[in-house]
This record gives sequence, structure tokens and C-alpha cells, in this order.
Amino acid sequence: MAYDLIVIGGGPAGYVGAIRAAQLGKKVACVEMDRAGGTCLNWGCLPTKSLLKNAELYHLLRHKADTFGLSFDNLNYDWSKVIGRSRQVSDRLAGGIEFLFRKANVDYIKGEASLVASNKVSVTAADGTIEEHEADNILVSTGCVSRPFPNLPFNGKTVIGSKEAMVLPEQPKEMVIIGAGAIGIEFAYFFNAFGTKVTVVEMMPNILPVEDEEVSQVLQQSFVKDGIRVLTNTKVTGSEDTGSGVEITVEGESSEVLKADVALIAIGVQAVLPKGMDLETDRGYLVTDDQYQTSTSGIYAVGDIIGPPWLAHVASWEAIQCVDGLFAEHSPQKVDVFPGCTYCQPQVASVGLTEKAAKEQGIAYRVGRFPFQASGKALAVGESAGFVKLLFGEEYGEVIGAHIIGSEATEMIAELGLAITLEATKDDLEATIHAHPTLSEAVHEAAAQAYGHAIHIPN
Amino acid sequence: MPILIEMPKLSDTMTEGTLVSWLKKIGDEVETGEVIAEIETDKATMSMESFDDGILHAIYVHPGEKVPLGARLAILLEEGEEPPAEGAVIESSGSAVVPDEEAAAAPEVASSASSTAPAPLPAPAVDGARVKTSPLARRIAADKGVNLSQITGTGPGGRIVKKDVLNAQRSARSGGAAPVAAAPTNLAVIRPTMGKGDERVPLTGMRSIIAERLLISKTQIPHFYLNIEVDAGPLMAFRKQANQAAEKNDKANKYTVNDFILKAVINSAVAVPDVNASFDGDAVVRFASVNPSVAIAVEDGLVTPVIRDAQDKSLLDISLAVKDLAARARSKKLSPNEFVGGTLTVSNLGAYGIDSFDAIINPPQAFIVAVSSIRKVPVVGANDQIVPGLRMCIGMSCDHRVIDGAVGAQYLAELRRLIEKPALMLL
Repeated sequence: MAYDLIVIGGGPAGYVGAIRAAQLGKKVACVEMDRAGGTCLNWGCLPTKSLLKNAELYHLLRHKADTFGLSFDNLNYDWSKVIGRSRQVSDRLAGGIEFLFRKANVDYIKGEASLVASNKVSVTAADGTIEEHEADNILVSTGCVSRPFPNLPFNGKTVIGSKEAMVLPEQPKEMVIIGAGAIGIEFAYFFNAFGTKVTVVEMMPNILPVEDEEVSQVLQQSFVKDGIRVLTNTKVTGSEDTGSGVEITVEGESSEVLKADVALIAIGVQAVLPKGMDLETDRGYLVTDDQYQTSTSGIYAVGDIIGPPWLAHVASWEAIQCVDGLFAEHSPQKVDVFPGCTYCQPQVASVGLTEKAAKEQGIAYRVGRFPFQASGKALAVGESAGFVKLLFGEEYGEVIGAHIIGSEATEMIAELGLAITLEATKDDLEATIHAHPTLSEAVHEAAAQAYGHAIHIPN
Repeated sequence: MPILIEMPKLSDTMTEGTLVSWLKKIGDEVETGEVIAEIETDKATMSMESFDDGILHAIYVHPGEKVPLGARLAILLEEGEEPPAEGAVIESSGSAVVPDEEAAAAPEVASSASSTAPAPLPAPAVDGARVKTSPLARRIAADKGVNLSQITGTGPGGRIVKKDVLNAQRSARSGGAAPVAAAPTNLAVIRPTMGKGDERVPLTGMRSIIAERLLISKTQIPHFYLNIEVDAGPLMAFRKQANQAAEKNDKANKYTVNDFILKAVINSAVAVPDVNASFDGDAVVRFASVNPSVAIAVEDGLVTPVIRDAQDKSLLDISLAVKDLAARARSKKLSPNEFVGGTLTVSNLGAYGIDSFDAIINPPQAFIVAVSSIRKVPVVGANDQIVPGLRMCIGMSCDHRVIDGAVGAQYLAELRRLIEKPALMLL
């Protein structure tokens, strides 16, 4: 019997698309060669958040315990338990997805899928048996893996990607991280917090190059204060795997050779294209039309496999757009405004335009800022680093960008995503009562500050 | 410190205002309380007074221009003060507008005008049917003069978003073509084909309010119509007696036929209180006082100011009130609070020789009385002979959600009784 939809890949794009289609009354199968949940649940977003919580806690106890009146002797950690907790979280979540599949009547097929035709998929199970399945529609969401550094291939030990970095059996003493995007920055924070000597190398002028420059600069200052070496405007010109470690030659303000036990390559990702058929690609990613259809009619693609921004929440959203387009008389939208989060401490979160982007696009804007230093709640919880920065269109006062750096930035950004989706203006932000005392009051005050109405800071 | 003067909100339905004229020039000294400009809202023209002393430094809006609420109109500088740098943020301060001689009657106007943080533009509500729009779309629509009720939203849940307003504006500018996002079927405008010599006259604030409110009324309120023909003879005789005083003394009040009709309409509403009500979604609101709206034709449309607590007013009070409202309506001197709170409307086309007509209910009221001319006609007399008589048609349009046929009939029976025995209306 033919399926209405076969989804290839069970990550945040695939499992969400599969469950949505099942909700719409369709007969659906999801094929996964590893574990349900994809990179996000197993090797990305969630296990790293678990590691970062350990790091945050340890960092807090080491550096701020005294502030809170705590003292203790022999504060120690067990590396294998730090890693172990992270794996347990993943195991539990992956099991959760399988449960959701069962509840939604999605057939979960384990094995490696290969496209046979626009309506046929073959699946090779772990034991080598091959089955063919037919479907009216196929959704490809096979995702991405770490992109290797030219001339320094991954070896799993001294040259690694993010997947290996989160399960290193032993903590490295020295680590070079190439690439200061969200992944590089999160691992830099994690390893540094546990005492690894970390150097971050970034070609661009700022760490987190996609974020607002002010935010990147404040984060860089915080990292340097925590003891992380940050080399921006710096290129890797040579690299050698010495067997027991790596030697990376860099060229920035000066040229030098960085020696470390491990090099973490965090320069981006590359697509895992589906096997079987050749679908049209652009720069390695599948090309899709407005309906998320690939170059082959009946085969659709969503998530990391269709290119940036490579974010789980965007992938899930695209899956819903595509599936609703197929089965729910909906016209699919393409991603436009989405939040981006980095979970080091202080956290970084943003949505909409950076100030630089607004300038480049010739948009007249107005900026409002509020530092957490002036927030009562931030002082009370001892997390006064960072600020909220909001951008408003000059003519009508609509929110066009929001940038937060601070201890709970990633939890605060949702309000501003909603503001942009609803096309809210500064009046709406100002008219909304924000609970006291919360860090979110900083959003209210930043909006007010833009128009000379802030109460707790000079305007 | 430079003081910014902004377009204030002068009535509940106001989203923009037209600057009629500046009474001060750049460089003129302005004193607190002095009238500096005239503003036309959707309802009336009012004087704008200054709340500060200063010198008029800059004017941003010129006579005839229409701008949204909160738009900057002008800047005042204090004596000897340096002009602000270009782009400097200027505090808006209590630049206030008060209707002529009505300052005390409109306290909410002054308070909203003096706020430094303007409230968000209210979502356009058309009698319960809320138009879903984003705040940004509302701002752009107010700025560009786009009517949101004519647009279909493409945002989440059919919300009107920025893109929709800009598309609608583009298609309106490109001339005649139906908007890209088609209007909802019950609100669709079937556009006329324009030929040589035809003129396209943009809607005034008043005309768009008339268009919007009456379209809603006629499409959303289940109207039904009752008609009676009354003997106007006794009324005319009664009026003649009442006006005898005026014939001798110029200062005495001269009563119009309409004054008597109004008095009868008011007294009948007291006698049959079920009609003096309004439909409110999940309830019917019954009003404690009878506040007739009086339809008055003005130069470019029609206004319906209200006589409040009319149940307590004498015939003379009513007659004087109508004369005052009519005079001020024609010179656009009515204040916004004089338009709110009506519980019923009387439309009288008798003076135009109309034999009979049905009127459209003025929402949120539940009925309207349509008064036609008094005609001399052959009538069947007491002994079945044909004699000359005076007759007048009166129509009543009712909202069936509030008023049933029998209740409407009861009301008209009382109205007939009072008109045909006019002395009763003075008791």
C-alpha cells in the first residue's frame, strides 16, 4: 500500500513534518538511519545545552560562590558524568520522538533510504535487508554534518567536529577552535569553564559574525575576561596533525603557530544529500521552489538540506509550511524572520535586522538600549552583564530588530519575534505591562529609551 | 526646551485630522491658551490652543494637509532659545486642542493630548466586527489614507499586514483597478468606469464615516420597516396657536413642525421604553435616558448631533436645542462629544416635499424615524364624505434583533396618538 508521504530523515524537520502530515489524516512513514531526533536531539542543540548547564554551574561556583556567601573545599567534577548526563538527555528525547510517532500513527522505518523514483524509496536496514516503499510524495530532510577544514581532515581524535567534541572521553588541556559562530563559541565557553586552555580563531572582524557588532564586542570582552584567547581578523594559513596533537599556523595581526591537543573545526556544515537520485543543488544544498519542491516533481525538501540558516526551529517551521502546502490548502511561506540564539554565558539572542543590515538596506531606524546593570532583577540574581538593544523603523516605529546579550537572553527573544510577526510598534511594546521584577522589563525600557521615555536610565 | 505640537485625538473615531489653517505665522509669539490653528476632524472643525508660551519656530503641516494622530504639526521655542539640531529628539508636551468654548465639556481630549507616550492606534472596530490588522498596518493605513475595511489580509489568520496595505495603496494609485487583495464580498466596491470629463473626488472624513457606518448598518442590521399616515391637521392648528406669540414679538421662539414631531418621538420612547435600546452582541442595552440624534444636512454631507436627556426637556428646550445644533453644525462648530450617546434618530425630509421614505438605522441605535411632508389630500370624513385633510407619512426602521414588529407598532400607535392630539405631548 502506498503512503501519502514518506519523510527521509527524522530530525526536527523530518519528525515535525511527519507528525503534521499524520495530524492531517495522511498515511505517513519516516525513515531514519541513525536515531529519531536528528542532529538537534542527538548531536546538536540539546546535548550541548546539557553540557553548557554543567559548565555554567561549575563556572558560577568557581567564580561567584563567594558573592553568594557559599564556600566549600575541593570543588571537583567528574568528566565522564558531565558527558554522561548529556547523553542521557539525548537518549530520553530520542525515545520521546519514537513515542510521538506511535501516538500519531507514523510508521517509523529504521534504515538508510535511497530515492528510487519520484514515488519510490528503498530502505536498507542495519541487517542488510532491503525494502521498497511507495509514496505519492517524498519529503527529504536529511540535514547536514560538520564541514571539514581544507587540508586538515577529521580524524576523530585530534581534529574533530562538534559531534566528537561533545563526547570527548578525556578533557583536552589545550584546544584550538576554528570558527567563532554559535557552535565554536558554545564549545569555547564549555571547555574554558572546565579549565581547558581555549583559543578561538575567526576570520571575520567579530566573533558571532552574524550578530549585531555591539553584542559581539561585549561577548568578546566577557570571553577574554574569562581567559579565552580570541583571535579575530585571523586566517588559518597552515595546519598539521602531529599525531598527539595539532599545530595550526595563523595569520592575523601577527603570524604564529598555535599548538593544542585538539582542534575543533566549527566553520559550518555541509549537506548530506539523499542517495539514489540526482536532485539539483546550489552550493551543495538542494534547490527548492516556493512549494519546497525539488527539481523532481513529487520530491520536496526542507531543513538544513536546503541551505542556511541551519537552525532546528527554522527546519521545523519549513516542514510545517511544506506539509500544510501539500495537504492543508495552505500557501507555503519561505523563512524570513527567525530568532538566532547562542547559549554561552552571557547568552546571545537576536531576531530581525542588525544595525549594520539596517544601514546597508538604507532603512531609517532608531535605536533603544537598556543595560541589565540598571535592571533590579538582574542585580538581584547577580547577572547584570549585557543589554537589550532594539531597532525601530523611524517612520512608523515598528520593531525591525532585537539584540539581547545577557544571562537569559535566549528566553527573552520570543517576545520580540512575536512583535515582529505581529508588526508591533514601539507603542505596543510600551503599552504592554511587563512583570516586575523580571529581566524582560529591560525590553520595555529599551523601547521606551528609544523615544525618550525610559525611567531607569538617562534617555 | 523646544516643544513639539502633535495632532491630538479629538474624537473616538478620529484617526487623522486635516489642518485647516494656521492662525499664527512662523516667528509669531504664542501665549498659553491662544488659538494657533484650526483642525478638521471627521466630525467638526475645532480650534487648537497652545498649552505653552513660546515662539512658533517651525510648521510641518500646511493648510489642507491631512495627517495621522500624533504627527508633528509644529515646534515652539522659548524666548531666546536656540533652534534644535536637525534630527534631535524633541519632547512632545501638552500641546492641546479644545473645541471652541467647549473646553470644560471635553476633559478627555486634553488628557489624551498631553500624554507624552501616545497610546497605540486602536484597532478599527466596526460595530463588533473587528478588522484584524497589525499595528504597523494601522499606522501606514492612517498615514496613507487607506481604508482597512476594504482590504483582505494575508497575514496569520487573515490579518491585514503592512504588505497588504501597501498593495492596496499601489493598486488604488494605479487607478480604478480592483485592489490586488480582493475586498470581502459583502464590502466589495464595484468600481465605476471613468470616462472623459468624469471627476474623482476623494472622500472627506465625513463621507468615509457615512460610507462605512451606513454600509455596516444596511448589511449587518436586520432592518424592517413600518409606515403610518397621520392626520397632521390638529398639529398644524396647535402650531399656529403656539406661534402666535412669535408673530407679535421677534424675540419669542418660533416652533417648527419638527420640534413637535421630536417631542412626540421622545415622549413615545418614554412610553414604550423597549425601543430605546441597542444591540450589544450578547446583550441588549436599555438606555435610561432618551437622547435623540437629529439628522442635519450640511454642505458636504450629514451630521447627527445629540440632544441629551431629552425626556426631561420642554418643547421650548428642544426647539432651542435643535436651532443651536443646526446653526453650529453648518458652521462646523460642534464638539466631538456632541455626537456620542444618541439612542434614536429622527430624519425629517418634510421640508423637501418627500411624500414617504424609509431611513437606514444609525448604528448602534435600534431604530430611526423618517418624517415626510405634510400634504393636503382628499380624505374620507366622519360621515363618509370626501373632505380636504392634512396628512403626513411617518416611517420607522427597526433593528429586529432589538425591536419586534408588535413593539414597533405599539411605538407608532403612541406617536400617532400624540401627533393627532398634540396637547397630550405637553402633559
